[in-house]
Amino acid sequence: MKSFSELKEYQNEISEKKKNNQKIDDKPEIIIGMGTCGIAAGAKKIRNAVVDVVKEKNLDVKITETGCIGMCEKEPLMDIKMPGMERVTYGEIEESDVKRIINKHVFEKKIVKEFAIARILE
Amino acid sequence: MKEYTAIKELPYYEELDFYKKQKRIVLQNCGLIDPEKIDDYIEKKGYQAAAKAITQMKSKEIIEEVKKSGLRGRGGGGFPTGLKWQFAKDAEGEKKYIVCNADEGDPGAFMDRSLLEGDPHKLLEGMMIAAYAIDADEGYIYVRAEYPLAIRRLKKAISQAEELGLLGENIFGTEFNFKIHIKEGAGAFVCGEETALMASIEGKRGTPTSRPPYPAQSGLWGKPTNINNVETYANIPFIIDNGAEEFNKFGTENSSGTKVFALTGKIKNTGLVEVPMGLSLRDIIYDIGGGITDDKGFKAVQTGGPSGGCIPAEQLDLKIDYDSLKEIGAMMGSGGMVVMDEDTCMVDVARFFLTFTQSESCGKCTPCRLGTKRMLEILERITEGEGKKGDIEKLEQLGKVIKEASLCGLGQTAPNPVLTTIKYFRDEYEAHINDKKCPAGQCDALKGSYVIDEDHCIGCGQCKTVCPADAITGKKQKAHTIDPEACISCGACAEVCPVNAISN
Repeated sequence: MKSFSELKEYQNEISEKKKNNQKIDDKPEIIIGMGTCGIAAGAKKIRNAVVDVVKEKNLDVKITETGCIGMCEKEPLMDIKMPGMERVTYGEIEESDVKRIINKHVFEKKIVKEFAIARILE
Repeated sequence: MKEYTAIKELPYYEELDFYKKQKRIVLQNCGLIDPEKIDDYIEKKGYQAAAKAITQMKSKEIIEEVKKSGLRGRGGGGFPTGLKWQFAKDAEGEKKYIVCNADEGDPGAFMDRSLLEGDPHKLLEGMMIAAYAIDADEGYIYVRAEYPLAIRRLKKAISQAEELGLLGENIFGTEFNFKIHIKEGAGAFVCGEETALMASIEGKRGTPTSRPPYPAQSGLWGKPTNINNVETYANIPFIIDNGAEEFNKFGTENSSGTKVFALTGKIKNTGLVEVPMGLSLRDIIYDIGGGITDDKGFKAVQTGGPSGGCIPAEQLDLKIDYDSLKEIGAMMGSGGMVVMDEDTCMVDVARFFLTFTQSESCGKCTPCRLGTKRMLEILERITEGEGKKGDIEKLEQLGKVIKEASLCGLGQTAPNPVLTTIKYFRDEYEAHINDKKCPAGQCDALKGSYVIDEDHCIGCGQCKTVCPADAITGKKQKAHTIDPEACISCGACAEVCPVNAISN
């Protein structure tokens, strides 16, 4: 970074790239809370379960990680962001719940009430 | 109940009770961005404050802005951050250092860890601005080795920032150079004290030294050094980006901004919260925290970890800031908040915290080394039913002396949990000593023998099976009895009794 404007340009590039990506290949994103609290509550197992479901269904999704959002009580947390839809947080899930949540949310765009906590204003 | 719903039926985060009263400045990105991607941080206006500070502001202006913001040290001491920077800036010397204290060690505290794991670039940006403001070109983050994930993410963040030229030489095309190292601490609690921390970075034994000289004059390797806590640095980008005035909109007159608390113990919504200063304990524990587990009664909350105090129910409406907490004998500390319910024995809590500080005392000064040992012996005696008349007064006297005469913050605050529990729960101490009773029923040695209510006993025999002392006799279908001589008061029988006929 050689100047303030270079940072600004870089910032714009990132948002542009994101926008373009969204236009070209609108991929659903599955985000797993992988802070120490999440991992202690089983986030790694959830992540593996997500990977399995994605493989099995041959889904084209991004799997990413994030830190702790504060609700340690509700860990492990998994968010799903569908193109054109707000990001939704699911909590207190177990490996066995992952498949049903992805099936309903990604394929039918339906929210599984039992585990849904909130949506994120973006 | 419908199993599935449409997205518009879901509440937004801001509408949840847990988040309604929160204001997230420091934790703004935590849980939302990918902490291992610098682009995620930059997209959220990351490093913009650093760019503004370094290319458009003089160091004097930055320090003025931080002073105006009223930001105080979030590690617990509450010293004005701008003033601290001023001292380091004014100190003479070619070489200066920036140090970040990430040696989070209070039982039940995980504020720094979450921030380091969730948004490491925010800390780096805060440190960059501080370095530029005091003319430092090198920084250290002292983080405990027990935080491997935090360390991994910090290392990744540093190398990403170096790749983009945000750390290194001629940052933003200016003369400003800055590099950051990580020093992994071995986990001694005393190394959270600034002079001990710097000794530890230098490879020496982590023990405190007397001040003055303060780190601003003679810190790391004898050079002028500015040392702040993780959360303090993480507030800086917001202040520079939005201005002190915007920051001042949150909080109270003498404690501006927000504070991150780790809610733990007997509370429904355990977790990490960031609230404006001046919110009441009731707001935090009941509205945000959802109240006490199993709807039991609230007894006390311990703020500030082993250095803090136990705050009783009468103080639930206390507006929390640095000064209000100090007034009642507790302290802000780094932000641990351990909630206790009616089943908690306050003498036992005091003993627990003192056991911690006693074993973590580095042993350099006598009041802390021996004083905490003597206090602990008395507390252990009391919880074992051997308390004597005059013990409470002796604890108070010892506590006062240790606070006044100890070399560093560890000793100066170690008696707080004991002194505040005596202040607010003196009757519990008296019950232990005079009546040999533990009102909360927690101290094993003071539990009376258990008795079976013969009118309610159904003679199922489950208690007889679990009793480890073979103290229970009785025929099937007939009321059983406990031999008080043989009973060891373990309570196993009361736990299994299906009709709750056993009590002590």
